[in-house]
Amino acid sequence: MAILGIDIGSTTTKLVLIENDKVVYRKYQRHLSQVRQTTLDMILEMQKSVDVDKIQVTISGSAGMGVAQSANISFIQEVYATGEVVSTLAPDTSVVIELGGEDAKVIFFDGGIDERMNGTCAGGTGAFIDQMAVLLDMTVDEMDTASLEAEKIYPIASRCGVFAKTDIQPLLNQGAKKSDIAASIFQAVVNQTITGLIQGRKISGKVMFLGGPLFYCKGLRKQFYQTLNLTEETAVFPEYALYSVAMGAAMYAKNTDELSLSQLIDILKNTVSEKSITANRLQPLFKDDSEYKSFCQRHALATVETKDINTYIGNAWLGIDCGSTTTKVVLIGEDKSILYTYYNSNKGNPVTIIKEQLEIIYNLCKDKIKICGSAVTGYGEELIKHAFHIDRGIVETIAHYTAAKYFQPDVDFILDIGGQDIKCFHIKNGAIDSIMLNEACSSGCGSFIETFAKAMGYTVSDFANYGLKATAPVNLGSRCTVFMNSSVKQSQKDGASVEDISAGLSISVVKNAIYKVIRATSPDELGKKIVVQGGTFYNDAVLRAFEKEIGSNVIRPSIAGLMGAYGAALHIMDCKESSIISANDLKTFSHQSKSTICKGCTNHCSLTINTFSDGEKFISGNQCEKGLGIKNSTFLPNLYQWKRDYISSLSAIKGKRGKIGLPLALSNYEFAPLWYSLFTTLGFEVHFTKLSNRATYEKGQFTIPSDTACYPAKIMHGHILELIDNEIENIFYPGLTYNIDEHVGDNHYNCPVVAYYSELLKGNIEQLKNVNFMYPYLCIDNEKSLAKTLYPSLHKLDKSISRFELNKAVKKAWKTYDEYKQAVRDEGEKAVEFARQNGHRIMILAGRPYHIDPEISHGIDKLATSLGFVVISEDSICHKAPVQYVHVLDQWTFHSRLYRSAKYAVEHNDTELVQLVSFGCGVDAITTDEVRSILEENNKYYTQIKIDEITNLGAVKIRLRSLIGALDERK
Amino acid sequence: MQDTSYVPFTEEMKKDYTILVPNMLPTHFKLMINIFKTHGYNMKLLETTGPHIAETGLKYVHNDTCYPAIVVVGQFMDALFSGKYDTDKTALIMFQTGGGCRASNYISIIRKALKKANLEHIPVISINFSGLEKHSGFQLNASMIHSLMYAVFYADLIMSLVNQVSPYEIERGAANKLAEKWTDILGKELGKSQRVKYRQVKKNYKKIIDDFSAIPITNDKKIKVGVVGEIFVKYSPLANNQLEEFLVNEGAEVIMPGLIDFCLYVTYNSIIDYKLYGKNKLSSFIWYVAYRFLCKKKNYIIKLLQESNRFEPWTPFEKITTISKDIISVAVKMGEGWLLTAEMMELAENGCSNIVCTQPFGCLPNHICGKGMMKSIKELKPDINIVAIDYDAGASRVNQENRLKLMLANAKKNNK
Repeated sequence: MAILGIDIGSTTTKLVLIENDKVVYRKYQRHLSQVRQTTLDMILEMQKSVDVDKIQVTISGSAGMGVAQSANISFIQEVYATGEVVSTLAPDTSVVIELGGEDAKVIFFDGGIDERMNGTCAGGTGAFIDQMAVLLDMTVDEMDTASLEAEKIYPIASRCGVFAKTDIQPLLNQGAKKSDIAASIFQAVVNQTITGLIQGRKISGKVMFLGGPLFYCKGLRKQFYQTLNLTEETAVFPEYALYSVAMGAAMYAKNTDELSLSQLIDILKNTVSEKSITANRLQPLFKDDSEYKSFCQRHALATVETKDINTYIGNAWLGIDCGSTTTKVVLIGEDKSILYTYYNSNKGNPVTIIKEQLEIIYNLCKDKIKICGSAVTGYGEELIKHAFHIDRGIVETIAHYTAAKYFQPDVDFILDIGGQDIKCFHIKNGAIDSIMLNEACSSGCGSFIETFAKAMGYTVSDFANYGLKATAPVNLGSRCTVFMNSSVKQSQKDGASVEDISAGLSISVVKNAIYKVIRATSPDELGKKIVVQGGTFYNDAVLRAFEKEIGSNVIRPSIAGLMGAYGAALHIMDCKESSIISANDLKTFSHQSKSTICKGCTNHCSLTINTFSDGEKFISGNQCEKGLGIKNSTFLPNLYQWKRDYISSLSAIKGKRGKIGLPLALSNYEFAPLWYSLFTTLGFEVHFTKLSNRATYEKGQFTIPSDTACYPAKIMHGHILELIDNEIENIFYPGLTYNIDEHVGDNHYNCPVVAYYSELLKGNIEQLKNVNFMYPYLCIDNEKSLAKTLYPSLHKLDKSISRFELNKAVKKAWKTYDEYKQAVRDEGEKAVEFARQNGHRIMILAGRPYHIDPEISHGIDKLATSLGFVVISEDSICHKAPVQYVHVLDQWTFHSRLYRSAKYAVEHNDTELVQLVSFGCGVDAITTDEVRSILEENNKYYTQIKIDEITNLGAVKIRLRSLIGALDERK
Repeated sequence: MQDTSYVPFTEEMKKDYTILVPNMLPTHFKLMINIFKTHGYNMKLLETTGPHIAETGLKYVHNDTCYPAIVVVGQFMDALFSGKYDTDKTALIMFQTGGGCRASNYISIIRKALKKANLEHIPVISINFSGLEKHSGFQLNASMIHSLMYAVFYADLIMSLVNQVSPYEIERGAANKLAEKWTDILGKELGKSQRVKYRQVKKNYKKIIDDFSAIPITNDKKIKVGVVGEIFVKYSPLANNQLEEFLVNEGAEVIMPGLIDFCLYVTYNSIIDYKLYGKNKLSSFIWYVAYRFLCKKKNYIIKLLQESNRFEPWTPFEKITTISKDIISVAVKMGEGWLLTAEMMELAENGCSNIVCTQPFGCLPNHICGKGMMKSIKELKPDINIVAIDYDAGASRVNQENRLKLMLANAKKNNK
């Protein structure tokens, strides 16, 4: 009797046929979404090479569920299957780590089997590695080989593919080495596995690695080795790494009814021919051919005149758009006609591409065309500007608006979907108004379709064309790409065709833009004269999906993908003499990049130093000006820095009652002065942890149970471990259901995470069991209640502490806290005064007290001062505005400050509010809308910056510069 | 401060307005609606389903808001747009706890959605016991609250019995049919008189239990799966992709803690607020009386279940409050708070070690009380088999089912 296991995963199908306990046949193949057909084909192929009649069969795998159901074949869950195989074949294994196409699984065998799969929001899998390889313009093999030569690891956000991409793209643009990036990507996968799945459990004993990515990528294994401290003996890579699930399924098949191979084939044939399920489908993009034709004709009208560069004589202007995934170049003549264009993937190395392009252009121009000006925009703006002495750098939004005006002089709404980001903005009275950029979590835009097409084995344009022919596009929802991946998986399971998936993806991207980024409910909200652009709109399926979704026609310029570059060229037309690199210098131009760590401050930014042949240097990766070697630049007042300095100055004073440690995180940021004074007065030696950096997070990441919690919470784990490492026996982080009552809201809660994080810490950090972790539930409404609620736990700690002594200490501490708050306000006042006297703009960087942590806000405050803003915090200014009446329950103390700060910004022309929002902050889903409406109802700009593990400030910079640009134009 | 210029539900409106009710707990809400009908309210339970509901919700709610809000708003909007209701004669209703979780803002979120759809004239009624909002046309009097309480007990009992019978019934659908029959009878009864008589209620309890015991069943051995989590996704089939049905079809017996425990939890928290922080002495005393009262009522049903010798009795709430004291403090009171941890512990203690912990994606309290407690629970109960499932407008069913299948496969193995 032969047993057959079929494992249909998200990207591949695996077959294993076992006879007499021996594997007689096995096969591994990508199914390119043709799940049922591929399975059938593989069985037919197997039939040719083996001689079996009767078999028992079981299916497994995430895409296998549907096949098993409609074929009525037994099914076994894949993690369970793996567990069975490993406990039979390698019983001495302690842990299995299996990475699949879109799933990651960990199985612990010691102390009762514990099987885990990644949650719904989790990248770091095979599909993620594939996506990243495309981004690096390498095959997975090449990326793997390159990674082995890495010299350094960059921090790359590991939560999901989209985040990681946001980190990687700028690294590429800044010229970081591909080998380093490749290894960093693998490290991100490792980190994801640790935070998402291992979640605080100790890894010891033999660790077995299974699944495609771990089988093929040596570099990935290497990172796992290093991170988990494994040796040759303790890391196991069995030869059946790819087939474990299929083997488990085969073993399970022993319990099923037998059937003949030809019967099985018949059954599978039936499932292939089964009509695909029509549930959850959408309208086709085009009713019929004529609708498609008129669509094509309409869009053919929006063009720019092109002239032959070989015959053109005269002045010309050059525009470069060095985008996240593509580089665009446009050369225009005096009548704005296009002489030359270039649009291509930047292949991870924009400098080389621009050099080639300039060579080509110089050759074409010869002496008859004079380049009078050059401008560059996009992610790589500064790098390219420095490398080639480009005259002007322009914010993307301004470049796009300039170009859109050419096609539609009274354009009132521009939507740009690029490779990696969605940008859109309204135009009011000829000035840019309310800029919206997608949050890092939903930036599954153009490049998502591209990677998806490639993963399914199609070119982008073929894939788009399929979409146009779809008869019933699948409904994939409108959220981030990780979710879309699983939605696609679901539709594959349902047997959806490539056409329907392609159209479905296009519709998803559009919905994402409209509902997630623009947050519109009706097309009227967008505008009347809409121009859409960006490379993604070359995809007719996306364009059509957009028109259908908003129910009206829009203009897509023929140069949709070149608009940034074209706009840059138009913008620089006022320039007469260009400083751009000469043809001669270009010949000897060369470029080197080196990575290093900045030692300017404790933040230790990873710097990439680009050196060009003429000696010009460009440094990137820095969070402040210090890394650039500017020593005495005038630092503008920055309340974030002031508060950091204040709290850092709270140093331990030796006392009679021993040491007490406080993690500098979450609510302790607000109450540091209070606790410091209180415990110092009582005679404790008070130790705060240091301001966080990336290492703080990494230190604690093994103990984080919920990977979707906010970064400020997750970083807490590292702080606790720091205290434990420093052998501090008493650790204090109080439970605060209620925050301080500032008597301005409906209630004065903390958010659940701030209030109760101590419970989670206690349950998940093993080492806390060996120290005295104090987290009394306190009432800090007033001095009396604080003293009363704090007494039991302090008395327990030290019997000699009397109520009287505590009352006195609390009284003093309360005063200190009040003085601190007053000092913050005074400092805010001083900063505002300074700004007004010196003509600087004021930015209220509004968040929570813990957002001043340099690792949480990633130096956004310093970036803002470097852009000319005086930065003040929400708590330094909110007392100057009256209580706000908002549409929601105003019941959180910290959040309540935001509303009043917004009001202050409304009341002052020179003040702008930028709101910091931590990814995963559920409460801010409520507050952001309110802050926005306070500002926008009064004609102020609302700028929101979502922050997470992401360390690169590129997108933030674009945002803030756009804000400045818009403010300048409004003047 | 919240802007309090919302549209109130006036006495005038009471006459001819239809009040739409979102579908969270079908049995419970059906009974409650009958009570409201007696008191002159024309309520309509929305029973629409389908993916378009979440989609509609996404259009009107900030997409990072938790999933229950998206579903509730989606269902409301879908109903308002359907043309079935005169939007000038329609009101909406929702619970509001006033806790520190963002769920307290559902009312505001619904109002904002209405505004977005130019339907801001539609009143949204807040049912709350903390005086957050007042509507002159919608006031709960003692007799109504009294009746509503029994509706919760009845529905909890029916839900529990259906769960215990239906996996084993010989005639498929028998338990559900009986449940419908009783819902009808009780609905009429609760709707008939203004004042519910406890003597009659006790009789009904007994009859219900007897009727369910009489349903012929097989001797099959099934695995028991407990469902806990955020209150909305735990109960609402619309939000949890028919979780209960899925589990039953996979051959499991579902155990779902009742709504009364959540009510007791809310009550208990007000007592704790006084104990811990000295807040609201007077009202905490009233809450204490209510708490004792409810506990007593619950314990009566427990006694009947015990006497039945057939059904699993519930755990007294007094015990639930202490069951997880070693791993989480009862001070954790936002969202489901400590109750969620306690329910998992309770299930494990009662021999049900397979648990589905449901939560909306990114649910803040559940980071702490759900996922954050799993390690501690596992240390105390090593053979526990918990799977955490996130629900979200974008989360696909296949992913959720795959994880549920893993939990079930392990459950079956442990059961051997």
